[in-house]
Amino acid sequence: MPFDWRQIWEVASAPDNVPIVALLFLAPFYMWYALRQGIANDKLIAILESDAQAAKTKYRKTQEWDPKWEREVHTWPYLMRMEFLVAILVTVLLMAWSLTLNAPLEEPANPNVTMNPAKAPWYFLGLQEMLVYFDPWIAGVVMPTLIIVGLMVIPYIDSNPLGNGYYTYKQRRFSIWTFLVGFIGLWVLMIVIGTFIRGPGWMWFWPGQTWDAERVDYAVNRNLDQVFGIDGSWLAPIFHTTKDQAAIWARAIFGIFPLVIFFIVAAILVHWVCTRTEFSKKIYKRMSLLQLVTMYTFLILMLSLPIKILLRLVFTIKYIWVTPWFSI
Amino acid sequence: MPEENGDGKSKTGVLEKAKDSAAALRETLTEKAKQQATELKEPEKTQLYRSIFRVKHDEEPRNRALSVLSNVFFHLHPAKVNRDATKYNFTWGMGGITFYLFIVLTFTGVLLMFYYHPSKIQAFRDILYLENDVPFGKLLRNMHRWAAHLMIIAVWLHMFRVFMTGSYKRPREFNWCVGVLLMVLTMLLSFTGYLLPDDQLGFWAVTVGTNMARATPLLGNEGPGGPQMGMTPYNDVRFALLGGSIVDANALLRAYIWHCIAIPLIVAIFLGVHFWRVRKDGGISGPAPVMLESEIKEERSPRPVILRPSGMG
Ligand code: HEM
Repeated sequence: MPFDWRQIWEVASAPDNVPIVALLFLAPFYMWYALRQGIANDKLIAILESDAQAAKTKYRKTQEWDPKWEREVHTWPYLMRMEFLVAILVTVLLMAWSLTLNAPLEEPANPNVTMNPAKAPWYFLGLQEMLVYFDPWIAGVVMPTLIIVGLMVIPYIDSNPLGNGYYTYKQRRFSIWTFLVGFIGLWVLMIVIGTFIRGPGWMWFWPGQTWDAERVDYAVNRNLDQVFGIDGSWLAPIFHTTKDQAAIWARAIFGIFPLVIFFIVAAILVHWVCTRTEFSKKIYKRMSLLQLVTMYTFLILMLSLPIKILLRLVFTIKYIWVTPWFSI
Repeated sequence: MPEENGDGKSKTGVLEKAKDSAAALRETLTEKAKQQATELKEPEKTQLYRSIFRVKHDEEPRNRALSVLSNVFFHLHPAKVNRDATKYNFTWGMGGITFYLFIVLTFTGVLLMFYYHPSKIQAFRDILYLENDVPFGKLLRNMHRWAAHLMIIAVWLHMFRVFMTGSYKRPREFNWCVGVLLMVLTMLLSFTGYLLPDDQLGFWAVTVGTNMARATPLLGNEGPGGPQMGMTPYNDVRFALLGGSIVDANALLRAYIWHCIAIPLIVAIFLGVHFWRVRKDGGISGPAPVMLESEIKEERSPRPVILRPSGMG
């Protein structure tokens, strides 16, 4: 099939998708902008660390500095003029955007005519995409709660006192990588997938493929126990139940194992990463048990998302653990 | 004045007297008018101006400080700030931009409310009316829509900046948490607004979104433990959100009230806390002098509370 540019344009130029297109440029730009300043500071830090005299006397910022200058300046006008300028620029941008692009308005709401695909606004598409990998109670309720709580515990588990109030990369490698993986690698990426890749029926369409609502996906998703061919019906006579009952229980019990193995392997991996360098060992020693447990738990749970994505997309595995009440 | 003529001859005629006082009056009036005109050249000296602004706006350090401190809007700021924090490159102005967009949204939102009825019969037509008949209605709607999207981008980038500068570290842990709540509220604000045009886009987005609430553990009728808790489609958490079992008139009204009243009020309160804490935590965290690994101190336990007097930083 020929590369369908029109399809790409149609998605990218949908007025409500313009912000995510903008974010595609803004996120890398600001990432670069932050890291550039971080690297500049890291160079300064390297100089100060190699030269004890400089550490005492040198100005510890990359900004210009003259001993004659005051450390603080008047808010009015030095800060507030910037604020007013930015406000004007934002207003102009907003005006230009509003004059050139109209807010969408579809047909009146009609419960009898389904939209295909029915998509949430772009900023929630990460969560909607998660519905592919997890049941709704996890994707729609547990995961958002974990994200919110996970963000809120960051200040209480990050025991690294360095890098407070200045950009740096070297002094905070681990936390920066974690945040970038979470924010860019998971959150933004899933939104991008939800916006550009997911077409009718929430099917996967590569860029350039036409969104064909008639397409049928033949991929059959299996559960992990099916992959392993777990059949517990032979247990039936032992427990005096029917074969079906025994099979359900066997599946439920089997599912615990991969989960436990995942938690153990992930914990070892997380622990290895958290104590890899001399510096991270030092930070590790500063942490209380509660901090450690909280941090490891959240890191492991965060890791479970890409693992589940991989299992589903690459190995077409739907559930790892199937119980009569819920499945994961 | 006749008495002051000094020549001893006082004028007696009534007419004369009147003429004299008229001349005198003319003289003082022109005098006053001239004075007034010169004063207008320096409006900051007028009583009106001073009653409003209370301080002179000149380059005196004292007055520069006072113009910030004595203005209810400006005094969110300290009188002086870290010289390097006034550049764009540290904060990217993202918090400020987010706040500005919130103000723009409040302003355009109130204007939109003049034209909008949250009812199934009117809502969609109101949008059509707004787009086609209300002067600048289309621009108004567009601005509200795009400012909302921009605010979400800005709040994410603000969080990103705060993370990358390590500004959530002591003593700003709590303000980071307030920020996280603000971000969630910002997204909810956008989401509740999505339903209000009552078109297919909003309807299905909210249908998809609230369908997840069915699956809430214990509180949703399809969630684990939900049925055991006695949850049905007519009493679970989704029912509470929608005011019914389907997205319909009650859902529209609820979305409207959350969107236009409840969440903006909650956001305003949290914003107050957020800004107040920025000040109490010692102002913006940087750009701070870099710290070296060799300077890490032993963790003291219990950790000392860092309090700074207000006005500093
Ligand atoms: C409605 C949303 C928000 C508004 C209007 C807002 C506004 C602001 C403003 C104006 C500042 C001053 C410095 C700057 O502009 O960067 C600030 C600082 C701060 N914000 Fe926010 N913010 C919001 C959301 C958030 C979020 C989502 C977070 C983090 C999760 C956050 C955490 C912080 C912290 C820790 C500071 C202190 C930064 C420092 O000292 O360098 N805020 N906020």
